[in-house]
Amino acid sequence: MLANLASIESLFYLAGLVAVIASLKVVTGHNTVHALLYLVVSLLAVAVCFYLMGAPFAAGLEVIVYAGAILVLFVFAVLMFGLGKDETRNAPQNKSLANMLGAMLLAFALLVEMVLIINNSEIQQSLHATVIGSKAVGIMLYGPYLLAVEIASFLLLAGLLTGYHYAKPDVTGGSL
Amino acid sequence: MNVLLASLPFYPLVSFIILIAFGKKLSWQLAATISVSSMAITALVSAMLLFELSSSPNQAMTVNLWHWFDLTSQIGNAEVNVRFYLDGLSAVMISVVTGVGFLIHLFAAIYMKADANFSRFMAYMNLFIVAMLILVLADNLVLLYLGWEGVGLCSFLLIGFWYQEKANVLAARKAFIVTRVGDTSMAIGLLLLFNTFGELNIEAVTTLAQQTNTLTSVTSDKVSDDIYWIALLLLGGAVGKSAQLPLQTWLPDAMAGPTPVSALIHAATMVTAGVYLIARLHDIFILAPQVMNYVAWLGALTLLLAGIAALAQTDIKRVLAYSTMSQIGYMMLALGAGAWSAGVFHLMTHAFFKALLFLTAGAVIFALHHQQDLFKMGGLLKKLPFESSLFIIGLICLMALPGTSGFFSKEAIIAELWSSNTAGPMLWWCAILGALLTSIYSCRLFFIGFLGNSRFIEKANPETSTLLRSALIVLALLSLSGGLIPPDLSSVFSTAMSEPLSASIEPPWLHTVAIITPFIGILFSWFYFKQYRISRSSGAEQNLQATEGRLVMFCRQGLGFDAFYNALLVKPYQWLAQKNKADIFDQIIMLNAWYVSLWHEALVLVQNGSLRWYIAAFGLAILLLLGVSFL
Amino acid sequence: MTTIPLFHVLILASLLFLIGFIGVVARKNTLFILMSLEVMLNAVGVAFIGAGSVWQQADGQVMFILILTLAAAEAAVGLALLIRMRKKYRSLDIDLLNKMQG
Repeated sequence: MLANLASIESLFYLAGLVAVIASLKVVTGHNTVHALLYLVVSLLAVAVCFYLMGAPFAAGLEVIVYAGAILVLFVFAVLMFGLGKDETRNAPQNKSLANMLGAMLLAFALLVEMVLIINNSEIQQSLHATVIGSKAVGIMLYGPYLLAVEIASFLLLAGLLTGYHYAKPDVTGGSL
Repeated sequence: MNVLLASLPFYPLVSFIILIAFGKKLSWQLAATISVSSMAITALVSAMLLFELSSSPNQAMTVNLWHWFDLTSQIGNAEVNVRFYLDGLSAVMISVVTGVGFLIHLFAAIYMKADANFSRFMAYMNLFIVAMLILVLADNLVLLYLGWEGVGLCSFLLIGFWYQEKANVLAARKAFIVTRVGDTSMAIGLLLLFNTFGELNIEAVTTLAQQTNTLTSVTSDKVSDDIYWIALLLLGGAVGKSAQLPLQTWLPDAMAGPTPVSALIHAATMVTAGVYLIARLHDIFILAPQVMNYVAWLGALTLLLAGIAALAQTDIKRVLAYSTMSQIGYMMLALGAGAWSAGVFHLMTHAFFKALLFLTAGAVIFALHHQQDLFKMGGLLKKLPFESSLFIIGLICLMALPGTSGFFSKEAIIAELWSSNTAGPMLWWCAILGALLTSIYSCRLFFIGFLGNSRFIEKANPETSTLLRSALIVLALLSLSGGLIPPDLSSVFSTAMSEPLSASIEPPWLHTVAIITPFIGILFSWFYFKQYRISRSSGAEQNLQATEGRLVMFCRQGLGFDAFYNALLVKPYQWLAQKNKADIFDQIIMLNAWYVSLWHEALVLVQNGSLRWYIAAFGLAILLLLGVSFL
Repeated sequence: MTTIPLFHVLILASLLFLIGFIGVVARKNTLFILMSLEVMLNAVGVAFIGAGSVWQQADGQVMFILILTLAAAEAAVGLALLIRMRKKYRSLDIDLLNKMQG
């Protein structure tokens, strides 16, 4: 059973399944915070997929930047500005952990998967053979894609300014 | 480069620009000085040009101003340049245009003094001179056509100068539309000409026509057929501009304009443009003897009909207008008979004496507080002796009494008619009859207006300024002595009708008849119009009434041409316009608009502003594209 | 060359993309639309990484990084707009924002 599971493909399918289920829960969710939680799980599952596809650097970025930064931004915005208020009516009234059980289960499945991958030397070997490391990506980024990187930086700057401009309180009370 | 020739049209042009730009800011003094002095300079320059031309060896001068554009046809390329060409014929024309033009400007400056829009008037007059000079100096037919349309425009503007009155505007519109008919015909003629010869340069066309003439036996039917149509279409243009049958109806109405305009445009210069055109292109007309015959017959018919119509008029200016038509008929008759020089000669003398007649009539009208009705005048010989004597001079020139300028030119025409190939005894008799009519209506005009009882109650108030009078006197002198200086056009018309004229033998009494005809007319009128001539002492019956018989009214209204055209063209057109009020063609176009708005309605549903709909449509479109690319 | 076939990777990517797209179209709450957009972006990332690993090229990952920056900027602007919308309409219903027709 375990040996059966322990092939790269089956692990990939499992992680993909987790991602799909979590995404479906995101899209169909009623409670904003729960939906965000499922989104985090979905992102983590996708990160596992990346890892299995031989892109550990991308997987790391997915976890750190996507799940860690962007999603946290979402959570901040939702909690601080009350963006979730619309949905609170539909949210389950009990505040027990059961609400988060589904997400936790999926995350647990992913954890098991990770453990399996790291523990299985055979998988590690085959993954090593095909990995595209951060070095290669870095060389590409600052080589042929330098212009794209510059543009991306401008995009980020523009996003920063726009975000600041729109989100700041109306001191003058005028319209936009 | 001959600066004098090149600059000739620019003096009035500068004056026009100044006057039209500064318009009402200029005082009368300034505006009059600018316009009249510009004309004086033009006249002076053209006099110098005449002198230069007479001493130049090849009897012609050209000056190229700038390249205009190129015309391309299957036959070849033709350059169209803004180039002036001066030979004997255009020299006659510029001397008339600038000389008479200058005198009329001088007259007009005083005559129109009180008018609020004086500078606009003088600007239009100057513009007219510019266009007319371009017309007569043009080296190619395109430039000629520019001038041709330019004078038409100025005629329109000046007839409708007092545009606050509806009648004037209607007259201007009529003149414009009727002449446009002729102009269209002329434009088609020019295109056909270009298609046939591949040239629009007058000299080149003349040369080509002369070559065709010498090769007559060889030329195909196609070319001679083309030339027939070209000549006919050009004749159409000439007929429109020169107020000949059947496009003559605009000229009497054109008298709605100020009198100097009638004198300058509708008597002396513009209406003779048709004559100039035919004389200028005489080499083409020679190739189409049939058309020359038409020209002669048209001229003769106009001559007679206008003479008859003039007999019944009550308005002094309308009498003169019909007289102008009939005199131009003479010129046409001469051209049709191949008597080119005589026709142009008559053009010149006619310009002198008809300008004199119009200006004197203007002075009379001015003195009588804008009274134009002959039957309200009477006895002016005593009241306005100066104007009356000048008028007599004009009339005797018009009647062609021996010794006057009209005599020389008219006799020259009549003399050539009998034995001409394209005319003949029949037309000769028409001309004699015309001369008889001329003398009768002239006498009638004079008797009614200047003899008999004074029917004008208010005090006559003649303008006595020296300048105005001197202009009139100069014109009178020109009218009397103009016949002594026949223009030498032998170099221009050297090729014309070189074959011996042997169509018929001239009988010996020919000249005698021609000379005594006007006297017969005078004698006849002396007795026939006795009632007008005799002044009656009793005050009760001094109100002379114009006869109102049906025949008289028919003649007075221009022999029914107006009514005929009204019924034939104007009424149906108006009916059509009335019926088509909703504009059927517009509806067809509106169908397009309806179709577009249908789509608009449909698409507006799509543009509901809901972002989710847009995204869904987006996704569907992608699916569709993917499906298409897979298939 | 990994053992995962490209076809399966693409199936996963399109599944995720479709889920995200349905979310964007079907949800009225703008916040959920934003989250669905994140899911869609992720799906694209999966496709890129998969393709990159199949051909053993780093370009796929480079593209993913660019998508990442795009997602970051988009989230920042989107959330700021949501805050604005919340203040103005007291609601996050996207159908309230249909004033700009045609």
